[in-house]
Amino acid sequence: MSTVSKPQQTPDWRAFPDARGHFGPYGGQFVSETLMEPLEELREAYQRYLKDPEFLAELDRDLAQYVGRPSPLYLAERLTRELGGARVYLKREDLNHTGAHKVNNTIGQALLAKRMGKTRIIAETGAGQHGVATATVAARLGLECVVYMGADDIQRQSPNVYRMRLLGARVVPVSSGSRTLKDALNEAMRDWVTNVDNTFYIIGTVAGPHPYPAMVRDFQSVIGREARAQYLEATGELPDALVACVGGGSNAIGLFHPFLNDADVAMYGVEAAGDGIETGRHSAPLCAGKPGVLHGNRTYLMEDVDGQITETHSVSAGLDYPGVGPEHAWLKDVGRVQYVSVTDDEALSAFHRLTRTEGIIPALETSHAIAQVIKLAPQVRADGGIIVNLSGRGDKDINTVARMEGIEL
Amino acid sequence: MSRIAARFESLRSQGRKALIPYVTAGDPEPANTVPLMHELVEAGADILELGVPFSDPMADGPVIQQACERALKHHVSLRGVLGMVREFRRDNTTTPVVLMGYLNPVEIMGYETFAREAAEAGVDGLLTVDLPPEEGGDLVQTLSANGIDPIFLLAPTSHEARIKAICGAASGFVYYVSLKGVTGAASLDVDAVAEKLSLIRQHTDLPVGVGFGISDASTAACVARVADAVVVGSALVKLLAANTQDLPAGRAAVASLLGEMRQAMDASQQA
Ligand SMILES: Cc1ncc(COP(=O)(O)O)c(C=O)c1O
Repeated sequence: MSTVSKPQQTPDWRAFPDARGHFGPYGGQFVSETLMEPLEELREAYQRYLKDPEFLAELDRDLAQYVGRPSPLYLAERLTRELGGARVYLKREDLNHTGAHKVNNTIGQALLAKRMGKTRIIAETGAGQHGVATATVAARLGLECVVYMGADDIQRQSPNVYRMRLLGARVVPVSSGSRTLKDALNEAMRDWVTNVDNTFYIIGTVAGPHPYPAMVRDFQSVIGREARAQYLEATGELPDALVACVGGGSNAIGLFHPFLNDADVAMYGVEAAGDGIETGRHSAPLCAGKPGVLHGNRTYLMEDVDGQITETHSVSAGLDYPGVGPEHAWLKDVGRVQYVSVTDDEALSAFHRLTRTEGIIPALETSHAIAQVIKLAPQVRADGGIIVNLSGRGDKDINTVARMEGIEL
Repeated sequence: MSRIAARFESLRSQGRKALIPYVTAGDPEPANTVPLMHELVEAGADILELGVPFSDPMADGPVIQQACERALKHHVSLRGVLGMVREFRRDNTTTPVVLMGYLNPVEIMGYETFAREAAEAGVDGLLTVDLPPEEGGDLVQTLSANGIDPIFLLAPTSHEARIKAICGAASGFVYYVSLKGVTGAASLDVDAVAEKLSLIRQHTDLPVGVGFGISDASTAACVARVADAVVVGSALVKLLAANTQDLPAGRAAVASLLGEMRQAMDASQQA
């Protein structure tokens, strides 16, 4: 049986990053000089407000009344029976306002922006989920909002583009480079360096320069804090394993972080293997990339022998990113978290499986985590339990799924 | 004395300011670059800044982004750029060459290997846009041990404490980014630049170059009155972009704009 481990028996995995934003050799601040002072102001504000009772009370109130937290920890009984192993619990981030975990972070950063006196919000987005979550909080706070999105992603995700526009955001197509998420991030950085006086850049995942990876993690850790308490309450013990998909890694670190010092809890981060790791057409930098520097931090990247960033592939736009948060790079190297990958086909089949057994349509990103649970549950003791982060709902993906199956909607 | 220090000393003794053109290596194709470097020197360049193409040039505006894309179509790598410098050095052993780019290609090559091969090729300085001195300790040491100057940026947002620390880490010259923005941005405010330069000079005796937003001869002349060096990039790269079908015509257009800048700068120094 897993028990609550005593922190002094294990290294303190939760004490990172260091003062300059390093997780071992990863993370840091690799940006042009113009952004160094603005990042310092941001770090200072974030560290101050995360200890400020008034700020925290406002954040908690918004998370409860606007987002709908706490999200339920749901025992998926039919799926558990079918898999014939450990009990499978779903942490229902899909039930949040806007339908994914992304809003936990945009609420937090937008409140920070307001405290810092910024009047303009910018963001990058791939699938459009982070863009929608940003446009949503900007509308609520009456802030100007500009979202950068790869020109190809705008084509692929047109319903989310329209949602952002309904919410009053300006969606700017990015046609440089590979015309996807990484290029949108480049363009948002260029906007920020130009308009840094009045603009707050809300990054959507645990990437970017310090303090973003730590700050986004802290805002997303509400997922793991709730899940840990809910699981303990329901079972009186800790889970055997945690599973989450990894794009940039924000929903995964949000679930994992509060458990990192619980030595008996295994953790699986699931990357997108696309057509298969061996084909080279994937988005799995931790499983198949190597360390390098991109978007302000050192981490595992998909890159060629010359250090150029290579194109990624995944059926899910939210996992289609050549980098990954630096804390994950470090957790991989120290062996605290296992990183595995799941192909497009496996994810698609998991998408259908969860939909049919539990009546929950998961996002394609999330379907990667479900596919891993399908492999894992039979290997875990039958009276044990697994928590999987149900990071988002799949309504946004029904066109993609239908198209892949040759169905005209 | 390094080639960069020697060049600034000889300019100072002549009462002239340095003109530093930037072009992206391999733009629009690899064979264009070495001839272009020689033509830039003939047109009045004192130091050459050679861009290393990168897939994700976060600090660059559309003009240099597209130059990177043109070069990358030909798979121009950091090693390829070193080959161009080596070839340039066969006919020119005096004009300093500074490589400008992003850290990742250098990381992949390895700091030691890069520094050794770059020094052998005849590279004099390295400016990595996304490497502030806080993260740069190892690379700075390795470069210095191989006689290559690490060039650092200063920006309008740099406070005095940072200016002091960065000037302490820099050698060769320091590069003041004249505005908040990316390369190729509209225009700079000469008075604001002058004010910041006088603050910078309180912390260093190194020459101070100014770049970003200098696109014509009259701005170059204004900046030359307050700075030790004028860096011009996007305005030149635009001319290459307009002449991708006729490489000699592109090089001639670049040389002609650079020549105008040279004349305007020298004339304003004498006035
Ligand atoms: C539902 C959902 N899950 C996961 C992700 C991947 O992001 P991250 O790895 O930061 O959680 C996305 C990104 O768009 C998403 O929309």
